[in-house]
Amino acid sequence: MTQALSRVPAFAVAAVTILLGLVFAIVFMEQESDVAVISLIALAAVAAWAGTRAGVAARVSEAAVERPGGIALLVAAGMAVLMGVFVEDHFPLLMLATVMIYATVALGLNVQFGYTGVVNFAGAAFFGIGAYTSAKVASSGLPPILSLPLGAMFAAVIGLLLVIPVVRTRGHYAAVVTIAFSVLFKTFLEVNDALGGPQGLSVGAMKLFGWDFGDGPTMFGVDASFYLNYALMALAMLSLVFVLVRRLERSWLGLSLDAVRLDETGAACYGIGIRRSKIFAFVLGNAIIGLAGALYGCMQGYVAPTSFTFSDSLILVAIVLLGGMGSPWGTILAAAIVVILPEKLQAIQEYRFLLFSAVVIAILLFRPAGLLPRGVRRYFPPARKGAQ
Amino acid sequence: MSDTLLSLEGIAKSFGGVRALNDVSFGVERGQILGLIGPNGSGKTTSFNVLTGLYRPDGGRIVFDGADLTGASPQAVYRAGIARTFQRSRLCLELSIFDNIMVGNHGRLNQGLFYNLFNRKALKAEVDAAYAEAMALATLFSPNLGDAMFAPVGALPMIERRRIEICRALIAQPKLLLLDEPSAGMTHDETHQLMSDILAVRERLGGLSIIIIEHEMGVIERVCDRCVVLNYGEKIAEGSYQEVASDRLVQEAYLGSA
Repeated sequence: MTQALSRVPAFAVAAVTILLGLVFAIVFMEQESDVAVISLIALAAVAAWAGTRAGVAARVSEAAVERPGGIALLVAAGMAVLMGVFVEDHFPLLMLATVMIYATVALGLNVQFGYTGVVNFAGAAFFGIGAYTSAKVASSGLPPILSLPLGAMFAAVIGLLLVIPVVRTRGHYAAVVTIAFSVLFKTFLEVNDALGGPQGLSVGAMKLFGWDFGDGPTMFGVDASFYLNYALMALAMLSLVFVLVRRLERSWLGLSLDAVRLDETGAACYGIGIRRSKIFAFVLGNAIIGLAGALYGCMQGYVAPTSFTFSDSLILVAIVLLGGMGSPWGTILAAAIVVILPEKLQAIQEYRFLLFSAVVIAILLFRPAGLLPRGVRRYFPPARKGAQ
Repeated sequence: MSDTLLSLEGIAKSFGGVRALNDVSFGVERGQILGLIGPNGSGKTTSFNVLTGLYRPDGGRIVFDGADLTGASPQAVYRAGIARTFQRSRLCLELSIFDNIMVGNHGRLNQGLFYNLFNRKALKAEVDAAYAEAMALATLFSPNLGDAMFAPVGALPMIERRRIEICRALIAQPKLLLLDEPSAGMTHDETHQLMSDILAVRERLGGLSIIIIEHEMGVIERVCDRCVVLNYGEKIAEGSYQEVASDRLVQEAYLGSA
């Protein structure tokens, strides 16, 4: 099997794997009963295990190194097909858009602690800052599209409040500071009447050059769900942030961030500004999280303090750990698992925090590098195998 | 002050009640190799840490290449042209050989945000040039390293890691190299080989000054132009290896007084 595989081009193996993944996703999303969902999860686990044993996984990661752009395009296309299949249904599209928004947030967190080692347990708070910005922008009469850049900006600027404690302290202490901020943020929202108090605020629909996201577009005689608009926008946002984070990783800046995470003293002795790197990563990460939050606010149509609690921050951290620190592909896969699983499996919905805690502990014990571990950095991957 | 590259004047450093360095003065001339020796806990590594800005001296002055570096940050010391290795290897084990060497090249690489994210063409040219340079340096030490530039350092044996650490220190062409016990954790033959490699590379770079901390006296005798001996944070002798080796105070420090 392994030998036969080595004769097929890596890219073809990857393409077939992605196609199978797409078919699986379509079938999976259509299931209603818990039994069917659990059987499919078991099937996927077995397939992943067998695929790894047979060397498929190795060939796919080879393809990801050789033709990263091609793989990314295939996955994006697969995502678009998935949206096309469920074009009339609200719920699957809402889930897909949520997955992509959470994946974007996790990419922002990845810049912070996957690359730089700056822990942030206030992810949901910065996500909330973006979402509340969208509510305020919508009610102020400004063009709704402005909520995206403004959400990113506010999250980044408010994050600056935390910069001094985060940069001055290390490890556990920095974690405690962000936890405090996370708790503080929710309380602040609840007591603040201008922000709607515990009830929160409603958010108007996104509008883009007269294109109202609150209406489902009619294309080729099909009445699409209005969530299609948000899913498309989430796909665009995720793609953009993915490319940005990838480029950051594959540059001298990404190297400096890694050096800061792995050995501050060594990095300092080679001229790398420790504080500068940490502030840069923290601000950039928060901006990405705020951007995703703004789109989330528009899509949900309302924002309330209960959506941005410390527990939500923990879920976001769990996504990064599950996918693999510093691994963008792992982040997206983990976001899909963490968002979709509890929605499809009604039985576990109430136990989701318990389940995720168990999963995180299991990952840290048995697969500390995550589901899709990050590979060694290649700044400009060789076009073909063997070439330097 | 003709040819003096570095001078430490009356450096003092205490940790709580312990005087780690007490009025220590010595200098290095351009192109010279200085051995820094002394028993355990005599203040050798502390001198390096003060010199590279990791510790702030309580007193005294550090002048390097005409500029005052007293109390400068580690980053400023690196920019001034001093690179070091560490007693216990401080490589980033999960990063590749190339990445580790490039950490040492930080000051010469364009760190601009816009450049790194959007000017990918120029970045590619810079990466290629840096790759060729790192490759040339690494293969001087060991031809094997050249085949595995994108392999994680954690998979390599100790001697290769030492070589990479020295490549990391040399890639930006410093004026002064600080070697903190390069023989630690290696066999006698490996150490001999490593020192020959360092001397050969130094020959190529021309005029690189080195301060080396070492417990293997064979190494010191072979490579050093001059030695400084520390004991309990004070300088007790200075001179050629033969001179300090026959010094009574030095013999007492190492063997105890008769």
